[in-house]
Amino acid sequence: MLAKLPARLCTLALSFLLIAFALPALAGPFEDAVAKFANDDFSDTEEAIGAVASSGNPLAFPIINALQDGRLMADPDSKKVYVTGTDGKSIDATTGQPVASVPDGASAVRLNNRLRRSVDAALGSLTLQSPDLSTRIQAAQSVFKSHEETALEAVDAALAKETNKSARTALGEARAAILLFKSDATEVEKLEAVATLKARGDQDALALLSDTGSDQPASVTKAAASAIGSIQSSLAVWSTVQNAWYGLSLGSVLLLAAIGLAITFGVMGVINMAHGEMVMLGAYTTFVVQEVIRTRYPALFDYSLIIAVPLAFLVSGAIGVLIERSIIRFLYGRPLETLLATWGLSLVLQQAVRTAFGPTNREVGNPSWMSGAFELGQITITYNRLWILCFTLAVFAILLAMLRYTALGLEMRAVTQNRRMAASMGIATSRVDALTFGLGSGIAGIAGVALSQIDNVSPNLGQSYIIDSFMVVVFGGVGNLWGTLVGAFTLGIANKFLEPVAGAVLGKIAILVLIILFIQKRPRGLFALKGRAVEA
Amino acid sequence: MTPHMLTRSLDRGATMFLAIVAACGILIPLSNLLLPAGSFFQVPTYLVALWGKYVCYAILALSIDLIWGYCGILSLGHGAFFALGGYAMGMYLMRQIGTRGVYGNPILPDFMVFLNWQKLPWYWYGFDMFWFAALMVLFVPGLLAFCFGWLAFRSRVTGVYLSIITQAMTYALLLGFFRNDFGFGGNNGLTDFKDILGFNVQAEGTRATLFALSCLALIAGFLICRAIVTSKLGKVLIAIRDAESRTRFLGYRVESYKLFVFTVSACMAGVAGALYVPQVGIINPSEFAPGNSIEAVIWVAVGGRGTLVGAALGAVVVNYAKTFFTSGVLAPYWLFMLGALFILVTLLLPKGIVGTFNSWWEPFKAKRPAETTESAAAEDGVSEPDMAE
Amino acid sequence: MLTKSTHDIAASFSRRGLLAATAGLMLGLASFTGAKAADDTIKVGVLHSLSGTMAISETTLKDTILFLIDEQNKKGGVNGKKLEAVVVDPASNWPLFAEKARELITKDKVAVVFGCWTSVSRKSVLPVFKELNSILFYPVQYEGEESERNVFYTGAAPNQQAIPAVDYLMKEEKVKRWVLAGTDYVYPRTTNKILEAYLKSKGVAQEDIMINYTPFGHSDWQTIVADIKKFGSAGKKTAVVSTINGDANVPFYKELGNQGIKAKDIPVVAFSVGEEELAGIDTKPLVGHLAAWNYFQSIKTPANEKFIKEWQAYTKNPKRTTNDPMEAHVIGFNMWVKAVEKVKSTDPDKVIAALPGIEAPNLTGGTSKMLPNHHITKPVFIGEIKGNGQFDVVWKTPSLVPGDAWSKELDGSKDLIGDWVEKKCGNYNVKTNKCLGSGS
Repeated sequence: MLAKLPARLCTLALSFLLIAFALPALAGPFEDAVAKFANDDFSDTEEAIGAVASSGNPLAFPIINALQDGRLMADPDSKKVYVTGTDGKSIDATTGQPVASVPDGASAVRLNNRLRRSVDAALGSLTLQSPDLSTRIQAAQSVFKSHEETALEAVDAALAKETNKSARTALGEARAAILLFKSDATEVEKLEAVATLKARGDQDALALLSDTGSDQPASVTKAAASAIGSIQSSLAVWSTVQNAWYGLSLGSVLLLAAIGLAITFGVMGVINMAHGEMVMLGAYTTFVVQEVIRTRYPALFDYSLIIAVPLAFLVSGAIGVLIERSIIRFLYGRPLETLLATWGLSLVLQQAVRTAFGPTNREVGNPSWMSGAFELGQITITYNRLWILCFTLAVFAILLAMLRYTALGLEMRAVTQNRRMAASMGIATSRVDALTFGLGSGIAGIAGVALSQIDNVSPNLGQSYIIDSFMVVVFGGVGNLWGTLVGAFTLGIANKFLEPVAGAVLGKIAILVLIILFIQKRPRGLFALKGRAVEA
Repeated sequence: MTPHMLTRSLDRGATMFLAIVAACGILIPLSNLLLPAGSFFQVPTYLVALWGKYVCYAILALSIDLIWGYCGILSLGHGAFFALGGYAMGMYLMRQIGTRGVYGNPILPDFMVFLNWQKLPWYWYGFDMFWFAALMVLFVPGLLAFCFGWLAFRSRVTGVYLSIITQAMTYALLLGFFRNDFGFGGNNGLTDFKDILGFNVQAEGTRATLFALSCLALIAGFLICRAIVTSKLGKVLIAIRDAESRTRFLGYRVESYKLFVFTVSACMAGVAGALYVPQVGIINPSEFAPGNSIEAVIWVAVGGRGTLVGAALGAVVVNYAKTFFTSGVLAPYWLFMLGALFILVTLLLPKGIVGTFNSWWEPFKAKRPAETTESAAAEDGVSEPDMAE
Repeated sequence: MLTKSTHDIAASFSRRGLLAATAGLMLGLASFTGAKAADDTIKVGVLHSLSGTMAISETTLKDTILFLIDEQNKKGGVNGKKLEAVVVDPASNWPLFAEKARELITKDKVAVVFGCWTSVSRKSVLPVFKELNSILFYPVQYEGEESERNVFYTGAAPNQQAIPAVDYLMKEEKVKRWVLAGTDYVYPRTTNKILEAYLKSKGVAQEDIMINYTPFGHSDWQTIVADIKKFGSAGKKTAVVSTINGDANVPFYKELGNQGIKAKDIPVVAFSVGEEELAGIDTKPLVGHLAAWNYFQSIKTPANEKFIKEWQAYTKNPKRTTNDPMEAHVIGFNMWVKAVEKVKSTDPDKVIAALPGIEAPNLTGGTSKMLPNHHITKPVFIGEIKGNGQFDVVWKTPSLVPGDAWSKELDGSKDLIGDWVEKKCGNYNVKTNKCLGSGS
């Protein structure tokens, strides 16, 4: 553990150790504080964190760090506290001496949210000079959040030595946050602090500025007010950008769910009410793939989705072909009957999955590259949404290319535009039908892989998307993939701009009503196919 | 509807159907009330309530058959009209509770009291009067159907597009009625009814009467549908179903015919809903669920699309199966059966029970003009706009 | 039974004059039949959805009752009779709940029914239980504002879940700003109304409370989570009180985790998220978020460990979780057994009269008691989500909290009490000394 500490802290440690050796008999405040960890009482633990962090003892960092990771073990009987390293070896928390093993009765010191914040603040001021750049920036940010006066010295010390630009900015902001609330800071310092925060310009800065209180000098209050105003107006612009991003993201989900339907419904004219269940089967395929990976090959977990995509395509596609061959081909030319039969099919598939996998949600994990978020300006972009957007566009592009450049695509278009003519030209229409339906279902399956990352994997998964998918296809115009694309993104963005104004429910109702009215205006959707083929 | 028209429109099957419904409507309530509880012939009260529900569903099925079987309009949102009628009745029943609600508020229903509403929203006014509620049972679904139909039919939204936007309509209403802010009790809906026209809703006498009334409404609905489909108007409807463009080119204003029959059908569905609510004791937004409307369509398909008797029969058969299979060991498999029923009926019995029976029976019968109508009606919509071609 | 129905027939005839003429003749037939002799089993109705959207939650409760009946029969049943479960499937369809309840009571002649999950299903069967005078045990936390003679509420009332949770956040986490997020139905609406009133009584300003409702199964939480984030960065400690229902929780927590809202920044305390719901999520990003319940699987008491062991053996699934509504069924079932043994009968009137005052051990080491308002006393625990999908109890009430049928925070109900022992009334106004409404 100690080896990981920065060199400066080690020198510091050495000097403290010398002092400790000089005064061996005294059970100092540090030892008392550490012993409090063993009380299993949240307020004692909090006091202990504060005392340990400010003790200057070289063991402070390993103790607090272990506490954060649940590696600080306390024995309630002997009141002894141990730090278990990541390598499994333990040391005594008061002396730093290695111990052979932690007693059986010892358990990890428990934390609650308040303590986690104290731990963060403490770690922040302890790691401000860590050799690792990201740790330093993180530390500065924790100090910024807690902005306790006690950390000012550490921040100043770190700032004096810091050379990296972004770390300096972070430290400067932390310093500003502290100074703004420090009662004996000078007016000049405070004005500088306000300017720094204004430059940061995000929600957190806004929060600090609006929290400054009335006991500030008049000039500071005024500067803060104008800073708040400017941050707010820039945030308003960002929030529009953010809504647009959310809309794109929702649109991509809608597009993904609808794109398979655009094939089966849009191209073939088959109303497949079991489309949602194809999506669900894709999601369950992902679940099964992850289950196998978890039990057999845990190292492959990050690739689970990549493995699941072709499998989901095959599973849903095969079931799609089966459905087409066994049910739908008897119902061509009777779209309304198809609707009823596939609705029945959806009930059967749902209940089958419920019987096989149980009615409860199944856990589908996010691989590491699908978790978390990054900041772009003042908006947060989550990786899973970003990947889904990219994935959707890729699927769309591949599908479009397939329809345009492959033989199957050509046959599909021929059959769509004029079935009899196509048949006369020697195209095996029934084979094309089966493959087209399989393709649509397979694409629904890979949509399921993506949706498993953001939604419940439960037997009801498909139902929540089916109506939306139909709306997208009908709105965009049947038989036109570009229509589906435009339709999905239009609806997604409209929904997200309505939601902050009208609320989630009213927003959705408004969208539905708008679609109903829109269909009156353009009964064939945004991009209607023209010509005799459609009217039939 | 002249008496002449009525008699002309009745063939033997229809007469038999009417006789059976009338007999049920009279005998079941009498047996329930007059025979002692537990005796062999006595119909227990829970069965009266249950069959009352079936009869209401049968009326709903009739209304769907009228537009789908005879005019080719597949509405996947007919549950919305049913539910609106139900809500109108539910609001009346709510107002009848008066001070007997748990909070004892004479005006506001309980759910408004505990959500701290101060006064009754305007759209609840008038529902304390039965005649007003009864009018609304017809008017609200009718108006919605009229507006919706006026927009949709005029701009020639047909076939599956119409089905999908009717589904969107009922889905939007579902979401709306879920909202507590709408003032219809949110997800819980309206419940805890006390009495109707002064009679206790729970009492056996009231239940029996409601059952008899439902049968009466079924008979009336049947006669109205019958009169419509056998009239000249009905012929035009069938023409529209089989070849809409041709009918239009012949000079008929297709949208007016469609609008008329759609509105009538919605009103009928509203009446069914209004009778349904006091018998089951609750109305809530789940009645708007698109799945319910689709299920109602399958009743018609099972019984026989384009045969009025079949629609009613289908509703009763499917719902009886539902009651039967959702208790006991088969309970977890009910959805398999329902799903399979959807598939098998559309694949193997495209004409439904009655339609299939008719096509077996016909060769044994002398052909009469009335039956050509019937058999033509039993044909399904082969000539509907076909996307695949 | 016989006299009652004869009486009813007579009553309905007197109202319906047209039938009165035949009444005399037919009443003579009444003497023909007698009630069926009691069999050697006692039937117990189980009214939980096994298909449809609610199957996700309710199937477990059906299994719980079957398990309890099995255990009871191993001990020799009740009053020397074996218990027999009658399972029906109301298929998540509310009117079907009423129909099935009627069927259970009239056709199967069950002595008691354990069932329902959603408030609307309970509301749907209420008139049936009142009319046919039977007993329902309802095991789920709910919005309160109800006390019926025929229903026993073994789940938490708002004062046994919501208010202690808010107290905890105020005291332990120093929360000053509140987001009340819920699914738009009656339980969240009422709970949030109660909480809003409670928070205001504690001096929280209106602008520090944000209320948000979403539809059932809401899956796109980006905007709302961003709003919460924005609301939470106004300089005051913020917490989210979530009454988000079932299915919508998984996408909600996923979005929270992805947008980087950590429990230490903005803790979320949920009232509808238990072990079963967490089974569908990777809980590592959620560590520290809270839930308030009356039971957690992780609570270490001998009774709980024994129960979990037997339950997992019964279901042959060593990973099967337990949850709060299950415990409510355990308590309710044991109370019913005790009451039936006390009065040596399954007659609903006698059992209903005997139940208030009956005590049964709960699984967390205390003894719950049935109160005159048909709610029970329960301990309240606040648990933090752990990385393994279980909860770590961080706080609990010092003693059991009695359930309030009527909230003291709402204007409409602050003077109401439910008392079926002395007042014989579910909504008794203590100010005016009147039983409101129809009462019984």
